[in-house]
Amino acid sequence: MDISLVGRIIPVFVQAAWTTVELSLISLAIGLAVAALIAGLRLSHVAILRFLGTAYVSVFRGTPALIQIFLLYFGGPQIGIQLEPFAAGAIALGLNIAAYMAESIRGGVLSVDRGQMEAARSLGFAEGQSMRWIVLPQAAKLMIRPLGVNAVALVKGTALVATISVVELTYTAQRFIGSTYKPFEIFAVTAVLYMIMVYGLTLIIDRLDRAYAGEA
Amino acid sequence: MNDVRPMIEVRGARKFFGPLEVLKGIDFSVARGQIVAVIGPSGSGKSTLLRSINHLETLDGGEVWLDGVQVNQKLDRRAFERHINRVRQQMGMVFQHFNLFPHLSVLENITIAPIKLKGMPKAEARTLALKMLDKVGLADKIDAFPARLSGGQKQRVAIARALAMQPKVMLFDEATSALDPELVDEVNLVMKQLAAEHMTMVIVTHEMRFAAEVADRVIFMADGAVVEEGKPEDLFRNPTQERTRGFLKKFLNG
Repeated sequence: MDISLVGRIIPVFVQAAWTTVELSLISLAIGLAVAALIAGLRLSHVAILRFLGTAYVSVFRGTPALIQIFLLYFGGPQIGIQLEPFAAGAIALGLNIAAYMAESIRGGVLSVDRGQMEAARSLGFAEGQSMRWIVLPQAAKLMIRPLGVNAVALVKGTALVATISVVELTYTAQRFIGSTYKPFEIFAVTAVLYMIMVYGLTLIIDRLDRAYAGEA
Repeated sequence: MNDVRPMIEVRGARKFFGPLEVLKGIDFSVARGQIVAVIGPSGSGKSTLLRSINHLETLDGGEVWLDGVQVNQKLDRRAFERHINRVRQQMGMVFQHFNLFPHLSVLENITIAPIKLKGMPKAEARTLALKMLDKVGLADKIDAFPARLSGGQKQRVAIARALAMQPKVMLFDEATSALDPELVDEVNLVMKQLAAEHMTMVIVTHEMRFAAEVADRVIFMADGAVVEEGKPEDLFRNPTQERTRGFLKKFLNG
């Protein structure tokens, strides 16, 4: 075990981990936005919209994230989509996690008692208004945990974009192994840094969950 | 008495759940200020009938009218949505399981609809909420959340919430069925008070005694049809139909 190596690589690795954080945040933002849309489609009264939502979820959950990343980054230029590795990675990860997050959102909405929608409608609220003021505020509380699980999966999943040479934590680790031949030290440091990121995220999710739970 | 137009009129109401016909062509009307109790065994279609009055259930046939306006008129989707939201504002509905909004305080439960739907200023809505809560005897709970209330209190808040829209009619869907026996009276008392104020009401209930006390007219339903209807003293004491007699006997013995 080469402790001095660990000391030497840490600054570079922390910086690489920061790239992973940025990548995660951008993918998370894309994921949540797309997920909200897809959940809306899945919950629509219009059969064709519902079908589109279901199709999206099936495709993105039914194929490996790695293939989705490759398809966008390597396959994209062939159909006129030319992206930098970071952008391609962020978009592919975001679109992928959106499929899972859409199900978390949908699950939250469906977990709200049907009587809530009925009570709102019986007062004269339109369906959209009932959703916005009555159902969604309650569903939001129920979504936090499952969305948190999705977010953790996303952070760990960012390691995949090392394969398209986004200079994040895992890519940096592989590059250093090439020059030092010390995979144990390097992957151990990498793992610890991922754990710290995931732990930080878990704390945020806990806090959000408690803040919402305390409200009722 | 001269106002002959009924407040609620249902004509030939038919409803299917899959192959099962749950309403087999029901006709009935409720005059302004009248209180009608609907009784009958579970599965008789009485709740479905009540819910079709404010279109929580869509009828497969027949018409529902509220104060001269057809509730279930044929309109294109958007126009119907606007229409039904307007109509529903004139009908208060009270549910078996209260359906209070758990994320909102008692005050907000009562004021959200007047504020958002009628554009009522908040201060005015608060005054209104206090008045309604006073009516149901819960003015001191204005800032509580539903989770802190007993079942009876929840149902009284739910009644206050419905009343805050100043509806023309009140629909009660087994309002006391989910309550512990000792909490039933406080809700019944509020309903009696409304009756004394000549609120037009349709009450679906399992409580024969309450129906007899409060209703001007009782409708007995079984298997999706009206078997018998009349004044409570007639229907309860001298039912003309075998089916009614059987049902009432079970209740009296039980």
